[in-house]
Amino acid sequence: MDPLTATLSPTRDPKDLSMTDTLELDLAVSTLREVNARLHDPDLGVDDVVVTHPAGRHSVAVGLNRPMTVTVKGHVGYYAAGMNQSADVVVEGNAGVGVAENMMSGSVWVKGSASQSAGATAHGGLLVVEGDAAARCGISMKGVDIVVGGSIGHMSAFMAQAGRLVVRGDASDALGDSIYEARIYVRGAVASLGADCVAKEMRPEHHEELATLLKSAGYEDDDTHAYTRYGSARSLYHFHVDNTSAY
Amino acid sequence: MTQYRTQPRTSATFDPATIAEIQRAADTGIYDIRGWGAKRPLPHFDDLLFLGASMSRYPLEGYRERCGTDVVLGDRHATYPLHLETPVTIAGMSFGALSGRAKEALGRGASEVGTSTTTGDGGMTPEERSQSKHLVYQYLPSRYGMNPDHLRQADAIEVVLGQGAKPGGGGMLLGQKITERVAQMRTLPQGVDQRSASRHPDWTGPDDLTIKIGELREITDWEKPVYVKVGATRTYYDVKLAVHAGADVVVVDGMQGGTAATQEVFIEHVGIPTLAAIPQAVQALQELGVHRKVQLIVSGGIRTGADVAKAMALGADAVAIGTAALVALGDNDPRWQADYEALGTSAGAYDDFQEGKDPAGITTQDPELQQRLDPVEGGRRLANYLRVLTMEAQTIARACGKAHLQHLEPEDLVAITIEAAAMARVPLAGTSWIPGQAAGGSW
Ligand SMILES: Cc1cc2nc3c(=O)[nH]c(=O)nc-3n(C[C@H](O)[C@H](O)[C@H](O)COP(=O)(O)O)c2cc1C
Repeated sequence: MDPLTATLSPTRDPKDLSMTDTLELDLAVSTLREVNARLHDPDLGVDDVVVTHPAGRHSVAVGLNRPMTVTVKGHVGYYAAGMNQSADVVVEGNAGVGVAENMMSGSVWVKGSASQSAGATAHGGLLVVEGDAAARCGISMKGVDIVVGGSIGHMSAFMAQAGRLVVRGDASDALGDSIYEARIYVRGAVASLGADCVAKEMRPEHHEELATLLKSAGYEDDDTHAYTRYGSARSLYHFHVDNTSAY
Repeated sequence: MTQYRTQPRTSATFDPATIAEIQRAADTGIYDIRGWGAKRPLPHFDDLLFLGASMSRYPLEGYRERCGTDVVLGDRHATYPLHLETPVTIAGMSFGALSGRAKEALGRGASEVGTSTTTGDGGMTPEERSQSKHLVYQYLPSRYGMNPDHLRQADAIEVVLGQGAKPGGGGMLLGQKITERVAQMRTLPQGVDQRSASRHPDWTGPDDLTIKIGELREITDWEKPVYVKVGATRTYYDVKLAVHAGADVVVVDGMQGGTAATQEVFIEHVGIPTLAAIPQAVQALQELGVHRKVQLIVSGGIRTGADVAKAMALGADAVAIGTAALVALGDNDPRWQADYEALGTSAGAYDDFQEGKDPAGITTQDPELQQRLDPVEGGRRLANYLRVLTMEAQTIARACGKAHLQHLEPEDLVAITIEAAAMARVPLAGTSWIPGQAAGGSW
């Protein structure tokens, strides 16, 4: 067996997954509990797993906590790859609510679109959604990097604390409401900004940061000058009598 | 000739505290924020009495006959349910609201008597994990410091939907308490006035919660009990929905429940008393056929072994304490009276936990004040207090002829006010009348 000990960087092309010693776990045959238990097993023996027939099941490949690659062949329900640590997960389909929620490290790559709360509260790692992401994308994000190929829904990056959110399409209403220190880059139109979220200058370090993020998601040809940066005006950081309407 | 004069009289409606609050609000333009729980008088456990044994029942011998106190929590689905030696548990209080040393003291005290303690809205600290034999990990809307490694290190998981002090409200931690360590654990800028969310970011409603609990179980390989904590409001429905969502244990926190920092208007005007919530919760569990299978933990104003026994007689499997545990550690201790006075208050009335200036060194992040609490000494005091609560509850249970605290039943109770009789659904003392039920009707 080829020991795939090298941690796969999030920048690899997800199409390069065909390595030897791939284990197939079939959700048409095994229960979700069995499949997740296998994926958690430190003695699994392989670092490359394909999960077939997910059929929209919830909580597929959640709680992974070592470097491994997991490719899910089809659509998944809620919380796919939730709380991921170190693993690289590819969803070859659409993802339901809360994909990669609270991810700590590693990567989650959705080839289709994602429902609400993609990457919610995630502390680290990289989430790529090639299609669109619905409302509350990056809600309460705490350090994750999220790159969305399409557009995102309303209330995205609500109370976003840290990390970066890149949107190649448009953002719907109330982007970045009550945002803390997360940074948002949007190429298209922003329907409206939430409380305390403002457009900010793109300084050289921001172009550099954005270029790196785009590259990690396979969009290195994008012109970073087409993007606008958004972040916190920091006016709600302290309770103040003149801000009461915003509390 | 006698001079009759009118005496200056303060209004019952506009009492001095109310007038002072209007003046304060006009001056500052911001609502009052404080800690502790509801301070107004409310129907409570004090309004219930036990019917000790005599002719029609016989008691157990005070110090000789066994009266069990242990409780198993979360054996519905979990591989490893909690087995506690006393049903008095320590409620979730965040590191951030409390100092690291206070968290450590809570863990020490709880472990010494074989009960559990709970993290809070700020993540798990190494101090409390290492000192807590049974540690419940809270899963809150803010997800501050939420870490899957901690989920795996926990002995149970508590999904928090709300708190009795502020059902429907999120958390608050004012800038004074957001020190470098707290800020780092919560991924926040140091010194901000932190508001935490009131709704979970990735689910809404009971059907979503079912899926969320499924995820938590999958991540932890179905090993750990999952609790659901709600603030008491529509308790009958909330408990039914929590069970439907898959909770192994339901925690119901009444409006007297403590808080680290909440708007005064919220603390005093939202939620229902603990006494009113328990029968609703028990009815919901009974109707679903899961009473004693899905355990019920009750909190909000538990102070004495009598309160413990009364909550259990009404159908709780265990209770949780917050405020009383802090008092046991040394909160509001008269030895700091001069310091309390310097803050414009006095020992026994101090509730400005949000300010971070706690003279007792408990609800603070100030490095010097924290030193006032010795975690070993604090832990010992808490263990003493927990033992007293347990022994007091046993004293009552034996008097009622019960060989285990869980054998206490509503039939052992009467109420001394009509309000308490109606809420607790036990008869008014000396009558067979339970308001709202047919006279003489059985429980
Ligand atoms: C200082 C303090 C901090 C608290 N922090 C939390 C918290 O982080 N999460 C939570 O669910 N409840 C929190 N609570 C509420 C307690 O868990 C519990 O519901 C309440 O204290 C029980 O009522 P009691 O104080 O009357 O015993 C806190 C309470 C206090 C006093």
